[in-house]
Amino acid sequence: MSDTTLQDICRQIAEASNLGRRINLMEVCGTHTVALFRSGVKSLMPANVRLVSGPGCPVCVTSQAYLDVACELAERPEVTVCTYGDMVRVPGRTGSLEQRRATGARVVVVYSARDAVKYAARHPDEQVVFLAVGFETTAPATAAAVLEAEQRKVDNFTVLPGHKLVMPAMRALLSAGDVPIDGFICPGHVSVVIGVNAYRPIVEEFGKPCTVAGFEPRQMLLAILSLVRQAAAGEARLENAYGVAVTDEGNAAARGFIDQVFKPANAVWRAMGTIPDSGLALRWGYEQFDAFARFGVTLGEDYEPEGCRCGEVIQGKVEPLECPLFGESCTPADPVGPCMVSSEGTCAAWYKYNRPRAGAGVAKR
Amino acid sequence: MSDTRDRIVLAHGGGGEMTRRLLAERIIPRLANDLLSPLADSAVLAPLKGSICFTTDAFVVQPLEFPGGDIGRLAVCGTVNDLAVMGAVPKVLSLALVIEEGLLLSTLDRIIDSIAATAREANVVIGTGDTKVVERRGGDGLTITTAGIGELREGARIDARRISAGDVLIVNGGIAEHGLAVMSAREGLAFDTDLCSDVAPLTGLLNAIFETGADVRFVRDATRGGVAGLLADLVDDTGLAIEIREEAVPLSPVAHHTAEVLGLDPLTVANEGKCVVVVPEREAERVLVACKAHPLGRQAAIIGRLVESDAPCVELVTGAGGRRVVQRPYGEDLPRIC
Ligand code: SF4
Repeated sequence: MSDTTLQDICRQIAEASNLGRRINLMEVCGTHTVALFRSGVKSLMPANVRLVSGPGCPVCVTSQAYLDVACELAERPEVTVCTYGDMVRVPGRTGSLEQRRATGARVVVVYSARDAVKYAARHPDEQVVFLAVGFETTAPATAAAVLEAEQRKVDNFTVLPGHKLVMPAMRALLSAGDVPIDGFICPGHVSVVIGVNAYRPIVEEFGKPCTVAGFEPRQMLLAILSLVRQAAAGEARLENAYGVAVTDEGNAAARGFIDQVFKPANAVWRAMGTIPDSGLALRWGYEQFDAFARFGVTLGEDYEPEGCRCGEVIQGKVEPLECPLFGESCTPADPVGPCMVSSEGTCAAWYKYNRPRAGAGVAKR
Repeated sequence: MSDTRDRIVLAHGGGGEMTRRLLAERIIPRLANDLLSPLADSAVLAPLKGSICFTTDAFVVQPLEFPGGDIGRLAVCGTVNDLAVMGAVPKVLSLALVIEEGLLLSTLDRIIDSIAATAREANVVIGTGDTKVVERRGGDGLTITTAGIGELREGARIDARRISAGDVLIVNGGIAEHGLAVMSAREGLAFDTDLCSDVAPLTGLLNAIFETGADVRFVRDATRGGVAGLLADLVDDTGLAIEIREEAVPLSPVAHHTAEVLGLDPLTVANEGKCVVVVPEREAERVLVACKAHPLGRQAAIIGRLVESDAPCVELVTGAGGRRVVQRPYGEDLPRIC
């Protein structure tokens, strides 16, 4: 199919989707949400093909309670919080990490967990806490960082475990059954780690087609075509439009790192509550790297920023334009919820890539 | 104490013998010219013929040296380009160095050498300067502030208000290279690329463009905020909409790939040797030919045009044939989490 033009694929999508009903495809991952907008693929969809964002933006699924703990730790004079950049602007109960940094807290943006270990090694008199968030894409790196800290005896390094696993969330969403989904566009980079076969239960138990795709327009369009055709034929298969980068079994070495350091644990997702075995906790033998334990902090009750519908947005229940704050009191420069902060947030993507006025029409469609 | 011999210490800024030697041995000889060498409190400039363009700028970058350039080259190019895009011929710069204690003298030497070389390349002199030493802070090491004076060339009328619907936008080459190179050079970024910053003085290129005699309506260098920020400003300033074609925007394969890995939109990433030129459509070909004949314009391309609209914004027609809006980035664009 490599010589089919993108326009051809679009035409085929239009033909296959001509069913006289809506087809809802969920892109699980925030990277896809952004790529679909940025490449213009979203704008090429027939009116009845709706691309719905799922619970796959690492910052957005992180509970407010987690953020509040991070802020609380940042305020301790001995603590330096190392974090991915996307986390620093999320407003917590009492402001964001960015605001705390402006008033003297040490908050350091790092590009990888290893950088946090390096920072800790260079600053032995600081307690360095790494905010370990993200899915199966970043968890192996966190695990590797913990192993490195152990080996190099960097004992002023801890992680605040906040990792999430993609599959349990997809299951939870389908089990709840209140969001109509005709198929899943599965994230290429996560799939590199967990393997295509990981999605088989979604296909077999829930009868929903799953297609793994990368982030190039061609792969995304081919995945959409495959899903639309299956929806039309009433079929559910597991397919891979990413190609050789993703194997059926995934990357055993990367999963090995995770398994060595972490064990599955219940995790609190924004608005979705506690999902069993959907997160990662440090295994026995590695608890000394657990910031919760070292600093004696716990997650409080989770809550939503007032008026914010992020919780429904990440479950595909509402589109950003249905939030009354969207573009009014909530903008990327002055965000209310994490979906407007994160570079992978659904609200941010809608705000950035849609025409200011035409956007309203999109919602009503 | 052995450090005092190869690093900047506070005493270098104390105004005493250490200061004198720092200037006399390391800085002045490298930058020597007729204006600077008398070491008076001000430089005395000869009268200029045309109107005077005057600009100022401050530079911080981490790391100080990155693939394709360093903070010194950045400071000279940034100042020179701000003058050149107004249609001025840059003449004289000032240079103030705020150095953190602990900076390696060898690093300082390389940066001053780079300033001197870039000034020669851009045909400007460093006419006056100052040096201060401050206590160690974050370890950024060096901040540079500059001012620049240029002579406005006759007939140049760079003014966004002269832009009208139908005018076209030209960019002089591959975008996003500076920002991506600095980001990947920044300590710890977990991958290597062979990307180099595009930092360069645009004086020669703009000379070539102005010499075509074309009615150049607007030029700006697409630094912070990238091409996206520049175009968003143009929409605000003109009340017109802009339509650009993704396929026409020059982007090297390595920049494309790096941006993809970092999750960044190349349009929002900083450049230091790229400008957007607005000319009437009938003159576009002429200007494009002049660009392509210059080493800094080989990849020049017409990327889009200004159009009438009742809801003006920047719109991109993507490679896939879709459409989306382009906005100026909020604050600093950061690589995504996964
Ligand atoms: S627009 Fe803002 S307040 Fe509304 S759901 Fe999105 S992030 Fe939350």
